[in-house]
Amino acid sequence: MITELGYGTLAITFFLALYGIGAAIWGVQKRKPEWVESARNAMLLTFPLLTISCASMIYLLVNGNYEVEYVSSVTSNSMPLYLRITALWGGQAGSLLFWSWLMSAFASAVTLRNWQRDREFLPWVIVVSLVTLGFFLGLTLFVENPFDRLWLLPNGIAVKSFFAREGAIPFYQSDGKGLNPLLRHPGMIVHPPMLYLGFVSFVIPFAFAIAALITNRTDDRWIQITRRWSLVAWLFLSLGLILGARWAYDVLGWGGYWGWDPVEIAAFMPWLTGTAFLHSVMIQEKRGMLKHWNMILIILTYNLVIFGTFLTRSGVLSSVHSFAQSAIGPLFFVYIGASSALSLGLLLHRWQDLKTDLHMTSVLSREALFLLNNLLFMGILVICFWGVIFPLLSEIITGQKVTVGPPFYERATAPLFAALLLLMGIAPLAAWRHSTLQTLGKAVWKPTLVSLLAPLTAVLLGVRNLAALIGFWLAAFVACVTLYEYGRAAIARSRTHGESLPLAFWNLVGRNRRRYGGYIIHLGVVLMAIGILGIELFQKETQATLARGEELRLGPYTMRFESLAVFDTADGRNVARAVVSVYKNGRFVGELYPRRDYYYESQQPMTIPGVRSTMEDDFYVLLVDWQPISSAGATFKVYQNPLVNWLWLGGFVFILGTLIAAWPESEKSPAIARAKRQAPLGAEAS
Amino acid sequence: MEPRASASTVNVSANRLKFLIGGLLIVAAVIYLIVTSTQASAQYFMTVAELHEKGSQVLGRDLRVSGAVIGDTIQYDPQTLTLRFTVAHVPGSNREIEAQGGLAAVLHAAVTDPSRPRLEIVYHGVKPDLLRHEAQAIVTGKLGEDGVFYAEELLLKCPTKYEEALPEQSEG
Repeated sequence: MITELGYGTLAITFFLALYGIGAAIWGVQKRKPEWVESARNAMLLTFPLLTISCASMIYLLVNGNYEVEYVSSVTSNSMPLYLRITALWGGQAGSLLFWSWLMSAFASAVTLRNWQRDREFLPWVIVVSLVTLGFFLGLTLFVENPFDRLWLLPNGIAVKSFFAREGAIPFYQSDGKGLNPLLRHPGMIVHPPMLYLGFVSFVIPFAFAIAALITNRTDDRWIQITRRWSLVAWLFLSLGLILGARWAYDVLGWGGYWGWDPVEIAAFMPWLTGTAFLHSVMIQEKRGMLKHWNMILIILTYNLVIFGTFLTRSGVLSSVHSFAQSAIGPLFFVYIGASSALSLGLLLHRWQDLKTDLHMTSVLSREALFLLNNLLFMGILVICFWGVIFPLLSEIITGQKVTVGPPFYERATAPLFAALLLLMGIAPLAAWRHSTLQTLGKAVWKPTLVSLLAPLTAVLLGVRNLAALIGFWLAAFVACVTLYEYGRAAIARSRTHGESLPLAFWNLVGRNRRRYGGYIIHLGVVLMAIGILGIELFQKETQATLARGEELRLGPYTMRFESLAVFDTADGRNVARAVVSVYKNGRFVGELYPRRDYYYESQQPMTIPGVRSTMEDDFYVLLVDWQPISSAGATFKVYQNPLVNWLWLGGFVFILGTLIAAWPESEKSPAIARAKRQAPLGAEAS
Repeated sequence: MEPRASASTVNVSANRLKFLIGGLLIVAAVIYLIVTSTQASAQYFMTVAELHEKGSQVLGRDLRVSGAVIGDTIQYDPQTLTLRFTVAHVPGSNREIEAQGGLAAVLHAAVTDPSRPRLEIVYHGVKPDLLRHEAQAIVTGKLGEDGVFYAEELLLKCPTKYEEALPEQSEG
C-alpha cells in the first residue's frame, strides 16, 4: 500500500510538473494570467506531494520492507532508527528522490514570494524550476525508481520492477544488506543534505537569470531578487564541503581531509563558480558592468550543479566504461548539453541588449580587482576540470591511460589560491572606479608592516619552508587588513555617532551585513588557510608494529601500546579496540582508543582513529592490524597534524560570516535604494 | 570640446589594452601551471607485459600497474612492515576483461599460466586483508633498476568477495 502511495504521488508530481510547464508557457503566449496562476499553484503543490512520497519511502525504510529493492540495499535489521531514516540518501535512487524533494521545497517557496513588482518573471521562473524538477522526477520514475520491488521469476531469478511480472512472485527477504558502514557517521548524515540544499538552491537564481534573459529585462532586478538565494545556496554548499572534509578526517582513516577525488571536485566546482558569482554581482550592482559575465557564471553554476549531483552518486569517473552500464549517465549528459546550449544561445541572442557603455577606468580599482578574483576562480575551475577529464581525454586520443592525482591539483592550484589570498587583502582597501598605486599603498602599508611579524615569528620558531613563510605572511596580511578595516570604520563611527566603540562595531556590522559578514568570511578563510598550511606542509607520520608495553615516537609525542580487546557488538560489528597511552615531551597527556570495526553484513571494515586534539596539533592514531593470539602485538599508523584545528575553527567562522551576510535585513524602500545608487561618487560607503 | 573627447577615447582603448594584457597573462599562467603540473605528476597505467617491453624507458616514472596476486609468493615481515609479492599479467582494458569472461576468470587464468609475464612488488606498510591468491592488485610507484617494482600505494580488488565492495585502500 505504502509503496503504491509513494510511487503514485511521485508519478502525479511528475505529470503536475509537465502540466505546470505547459500552462506557464500557454499563459504567456495567449496572455492569459489565469493559466500562469494555475502553473504557480501546480508548482506550489509539488512540495506537499513529494513530502508524501518521501515520507512513504522513509516508512518503508524504517519498517524494513525488504521486498522493496532500495530498502534491502541500504538498510538492515540491526540498523538504528536514525540511520534507517538517513538511508533515504544512502543510495542513488533514494538520493534522486531526496534531491527532488528539496528542489520542490525551494520551488514551492519561490511561488509564495511577493511577485507584484516582477510579474513578468513568474512564468519563466516556473518553467525553469519545473523543467529541472521534472528531469529529476523523470529519472526517479523511469530509470532509478526507489519504489521498485523484487520479484522472483519462475526460473528462480530475482528481478526488480515496480509492477508485477508475469508468473513472478514477490520476493520477500528477512534482512537487508545494510548501509555502507562508511556512511554511518554523523558527518555523513548531515553532509549530503547540506550539499544537496546548496545544489538545489542555486537553481532559483538561475531560473531568475533565464527569466530576465527571456523577458529582456536587462537591469539588475534579477540579481537583487536572488542575492539572498545565492548566499543561502552558497552557505549550504560551503557547509556541505566543510562537513565532508570533517567526515573524511574522522572516518576514512588516512589522516587527511581532502583527497582531490573526482567526486569531491564535482562538489567543489559549482562552489568555485558560485563564489566568483557572489563577488561579480557586486560589480553589476555598484557599477552596472559585467552583465554578460554574471549570466555566464550562473549558467555555468547551474550546469555544474547538475553535473555534481550526477557525479557524486554514480561513480562514473572511476571508470570510463561504466557509462554504458548506467542508463543515467547519457541522460544527464544530454540534459546538461541541452540546458547549456539553450541558455548560452539565449544569452547570445540578448548579447547586444546587455551591453553597457561603462568601462573599467583603472587597473587597481576595486572592480578590476574583483574581476581578477573572478579570473583566478575560473583558473582553479579549469585546473579542476582538466584534472577530471584528462584521463578520459588521453585514453581517447593516445590510447594510453594516464591519470593525475592530488600532487597535480596541489601544484597547479597553490599559486592561484595564494594570489586569491593576496587579493583578499588588497581589494577591500581599493576604491571603486579609480585607484592608484599611491592611494592604495597609503591604505595598505600599515597592515602590511604588522603582518610581517607573522613570518618573522615563524622564522624565529625554526620554520624554514619558503612556501609556509609566504603562506603565513599572506594569512597574516589578510587578517591585519580585515581587522584594520573593522577598527578604522568602528572608530570613525564612534566619533561621528558618539557611540562607544563596541556599540559602534555592533552597529557597523548590523547596518552593512553583506560587507562586514563578507569580512568575517574572509577571516574564516584565513584561519582555514593556516590549518591547511599546517597539515599540508608539516604533517608527520610513522608506523610500527608494537608488542604490549612497547613505545613509538613521533615528534614531541610518545605513545605506548597498553592493551587490545576484540569483541562482538549487538549491532553486528566485530570490534578490535586498542588502548594506548600518549606522552608529550615526556608528560602523560591521556589515553587514546583507536579501533577497527568490522561489519558482518556488508563485510566491510571501518577504521576509527584515536585523536588527541589541540589548537597546536592533532595526534592521530590508527589501529591497522593486530595479532589476536600471539604476543606480537598490534600495528599502528600515527600522524601528527599541526594546526589542523584551525581549519575547523575557520570553517565555523566562515559559516558564521555567511549567516550574517545572508541574514534578512529590513527591506529598504525602493526610493531610498535608488537615491543611494545615484548618490555622488564620494558618498558611496562600500 | 573635440580634442578632449578623442583624448578620452584614447584613454579607454589604452585601458582596454591594459586589461587585455592582464587577462592574457593570467590565462598564460593557468595554462603554464596546468601543463607543468600535468607533466610532473602524470601517472601512467601499464600492464605487466607493457612494463617488461618498455623496461628501462620508464625507470623513475610514476606508474600504476595492475596484476593478479600469486598467493605463494606473499612474504610479510610485520616487524619491518615489508611486504613482497609477485603479480601476473592481466589485460589493461575492462573491455578485454569482460570479453575474457569477467575479472574473476581473468585473474584465475593469469595465476595458473606460468608463461605470463610476472612482476615482483615491494611495499612498505601494513599487509591489507584483501591481499590473497587471485586478488587483483593495483600498485602505484616506480620501477627500480633491479626490475622490482617499489610501490607507494597498494589497492586491492577481490571480485569473489562482495560485488559492491569498495577496493580496500592502504597508503604509505
